[in-house]
Amino acid sequence: MNLPLIVFFVFALLAVAGAVMVILAREPIHSALALVLVMISLAILYLLLGAEFIAAVQIIVYAGAIMVLFVFVIMLLNMGVEERTNFSKLAYVGVVGGFALLFEIAHWLFHSAAGAAVANGPAPAVAFSTVELSQLLFKSYLFPFEATSILILIAILGALVLARKEE
Amino acid sequence: MIVPVSYYLVLSAILFGLGVVAFVFKRNVITIFMSIELMLNAVNLAFVAFARAHNQLDGLVFVFFVIVVAAAEAAVGLAIVIMLARNRESLNVERVNLLKF
Repeated sequence: MNLPLIVFFVFALLAVAGAVMVILAREPIHSALALVLVMISLAILYLLLGAEFIAAVQIIVYAGAIMVLFVFVIMLLNMGVEERTNFSKLAYVGVVGGFALLFEIAHWLFHSAAGAAVANGPAPAVAFSTVELSQLLFKSYLFPFEATSILILIAILGALVLARKEE
Repeated sequence: MIVPVSYYLVLSAILFGLGVVAFVFKRNVITIFMSIELMLNAVNLAFVAFARAHNQLDGLVFVFFVIVVAAAEAAVGLAIVIMLARNRESLNVERVNLLKF
């Protein structure tokens, strides 16, 4: 066992435990905090993959902004414990489908030639360069980047219009 | 030995599966939104892992766009949740059945 593998397993287990807690927790606020745990573990895994800038964005935008928004709304509405009702039939389809997807991916990774070629090559050790990433973002992907600003603007307007109190 | 990419992909698949399970089992609108965020995070991990496997930066750019879409979706979605709580006085999705056939 070497250090990257140990770090990977520790934070992978933390992420999976957090995801299970999201499902099991009855208070929405506990689900939200478990989701923050998942996101921080994923940020560490991004660091392990050499994507330093993505790790920082993950912490700042996801754990910082989006989850604060969730926690804020949960505390604002203060609707208490989630009610347990009879499950819909779709739930069973979802569980079976989810795990079928899981097994399909694992099978593809370990038993097909193309999958094995992708999967078992060890990742290169060098980190992604943030300079190259920004050049790619602001040159090749300039139009999608500008389009997201319109998306954000529409989202802000939509949130304002929806959440405004009616006169 | 460095961690193989397959480990990340399996973790990503596990997280996505748990997100699907949370999406269909939870009854609270806010936790359903959180399970969508969980699925988006799992997809992001797969993007970064594949970017690493092919040593191409494009995957990371797509992670940016996914994060932007997630932020926009969270803002609009939570505004809808606030409206829902105001009108229905409940966050249970089973109470939101006006359009149900």
